[in-house]
Amino acid sequence: MSQTVFAPWSDPGAKPLIEFRNVTKRFGDFTAIDGLSLGIYEKEFFALLGPSGCGKTTMMRMLAGFETPTEGSILLSGQDLGRVPPNRRAVNMMFQSYALFPHLSVWENIAFGLKREKQDKDAIDARVTEMLRLTRLEKFKSRKPHQISGGQRQRVALARSLAKAPKLLLLDEPLGALDRKLREETQFELMDIQEKTGTTFVIVTHDQEEAMTVASRVAVMDEGRLVQVATPPEIYEQPATTYVADFIGDVSLIAGRAKPAGERVEIAWAEGQPPIVATSETSLSTDQSVHFAIRPEKVHISKERDETRPNLLQGKVEDIAYLGNISTYHVRLSDGTLLKAQSTNHRRLANRGITWEDEVYLSFTETAGVVLTE
Amino acid sequence: MRRFSWFNATSLTLGFAFLYLPMIILVIYSFNASRLVTVWGGFSTRWYGELLQDEAFLDAAWVTLRVAVFSSTIATVLGTLAAIVMVRMGRFRGRTLFSGMIYAPLVMPEVITGLSLLLLFIGIGLDRGIFTVVLAHTTFSMCYVSVVVSSRLATFDTALEEAALDLGCTQAQAFRLVTLPIIAPAVISGWLLAFTLSLDDLVIASFTTGPSATTLPIKIFSSIRLGVSPQINALSTILIALVTVGVIAASLATKRRADAAERDARAAIRT
Ligand SMILES: Nc1ncnc2c1ncn2[C@@H]1O[C@H](COP(=O)(O)OP(=O)(O)OP(=O)(O)O)[C@@H](O)[C@H]1O
Ligand SMILES: [Mg+2]
Repeated sequence: MSQTVFAPWSDPGAKPLIEFRNVTKRFGDFTAIDGLSLGIYEKEFFALLGPSGCGKTTMMRMLAGFETPTEGSILLSGQDLGRVPPNRRAVNMMFQSYALFPHLSVWENIAFGLKREKQDKDAIDARVTEMLRLTRLEKFKSRKPHQISGGQRQRVALARSLAKAPKLLLLDEPLGALDRKLREETQFELMDIQEKTGTTFVIVTHDQEEAMTVASRVAVMDEGRLVQVATPPEIYEQPATTYVADFIGDVSLIAGRAKPAGERVEIAWAEGQPPIVATSETSLSTDQSVHFAIRPEKVHISKERDETRPNLLQGKVEDIAYLGNISTYHVRLSDGTLLKAQSTNHRRLANRGITWEDEVYLSFTETAGVVLTE
Repeated sequence: MRRFSWFNATSLTLGFAFLYLPMIILVIYSFNASRLVTVWGGFSTRWYGELLQDEAFLDAAWVTLRVAVFSSTIATVLGTLAAIVMVRMGRFRGRTLFSGMIYAPLVMPEVITGLSLLLLFIGIGLDRGIFTVVLAHTTFSMCYVSVVVSSRLATFDTALEEAALDLGCTQAQAFRLVTLPIIAPAVISGWLLAFTLSLDDLVIASFTTGPSATTLPIKIFSSIRLGVSPQINALSTILIALVTVGVIAASLATKRRADAAERDARAAIRT
């Protein structure tokens, strides 16, 4: 990481490159985007995450100019995009299906947008060559799209959308068709390209790991609304709602009633059980119904009772998922709640000790989990 | 290899005989020296010579060719536009009615099409001649073009056009640079279809033409009524030869293109 942290969104003076102002999009009487407001800043790598049908593609298509908002407005560098047609926007899109022109060679595909700008031939040549080098496609420049592999096609699509050096590049599930290894490579390639070119990226993805890896900020959407917009660590460690907590990563949720006590809050979650002690940034009222969310890796599992821990729960191992580097234990507490705990497998053939049906103790610190009211 | 079967061999022979025997007889008799069509009088090419002297036949051939080229070209433009509107416009009120109306002339009896066009031309006081035949042929062959092109457009990925717009094309440029090259094979086969339909149309042409413009089918038909002449045989043989050459050339061209694509693909794998 560089010394100055890149966080224009927390600078009140910074002007966003893109601004959604109360944008609503309806198809007939179906509301795809519902009163959405959002600012995306220059040089950001912004990820849109959400379940299928929540409106991610619709947002992209509005930015590219293929759909117009029913209500509200979208601004690019302070200018209302309004009814600016797609060919007049400094925005390029990399299509989910790549949409490469089948009758043109790789070179001609990349040059297509540049030729429309009526640049002179040498400038086009130089730019296409640069793009070919950036995406490592020099060897394939005279082939047609049907003569190259899926991963290469995807890079052609990327090169084509980057060639015009747009202010904003939209990537709709760009890596969906790739296998895991190529996908990870390409993710780093994307980040590299973004760093080199300084373009603002908006990426749609179904893969939360991908979003966490590449993005400067992540937006979690649900049914046309933004639920939370934050940096990957914030989204993971401080989810705003149980929906976000559940959507991103693995989490255990325990319902209970809050009893604030100064900095701390005690959560009564089951009859005859000691309350869970946690910290909360929001002020809670007594007896407010809350959810306590905790990530499995923050829960310590052991067969011995360790009285020094502030939160100590007892349960029975119901299931063990061995994932190689880690194991996840599903522990059923006495009231029936399921809590997940994770431990790292330090040693190869360690006697991991804990097996099915074992009585175990789960413990975690006061700051390990978050208290959610929604 | 499959085993030789008398049944298959017989079917094949009968089938081909059924298709080609009439034509073979026609070709043979076009070289008949005798004026009597059914009596063989020795080999001669005199009817070909006489045909080439016959102004009326040459005129008719020239009229037919012009009609076919103009009408199929106009029909291709209009039919392609109609196909685009039908496939792209999405749902609008009366869309089903419109698309039904475009395809209706396909099943309309030619006599009715011809008669209604004739009434129209008389009604608006248009002098009948080559122009009206071109109009009439455009009208009915346009539907065929539109059917061919719209079936290609139905599988055309609209994201390609969106990508073109996204990269800075206007609607018209996107069509010219992306859509048209991709659907070109369908447009060309639509044109060929319209061209052949116009070449061999007799009914509609006879309704809509005037004395100044006699097409070849009309000319042939009217001279047959005066008795079959060996000249007609010669003319038909020439037409058969032309069509055969055309079909072979077209299929060779297609094959050459397919071969080239395959060669490209193989070269691509090697590098
Ligand atoms: N042209 C349209 N007409 C009617 N409804 C539409 C149209 N386009 C999208 N929708 C609806 O809007 C909603 C959002 O669609 P969108 O394509 O934005 O989803 P998405 O978040 O991209 O989903 P996915 O992750 O599956 O791609 C969906 O319920 C979809 O059915
Ligand atoms: Mg989508």
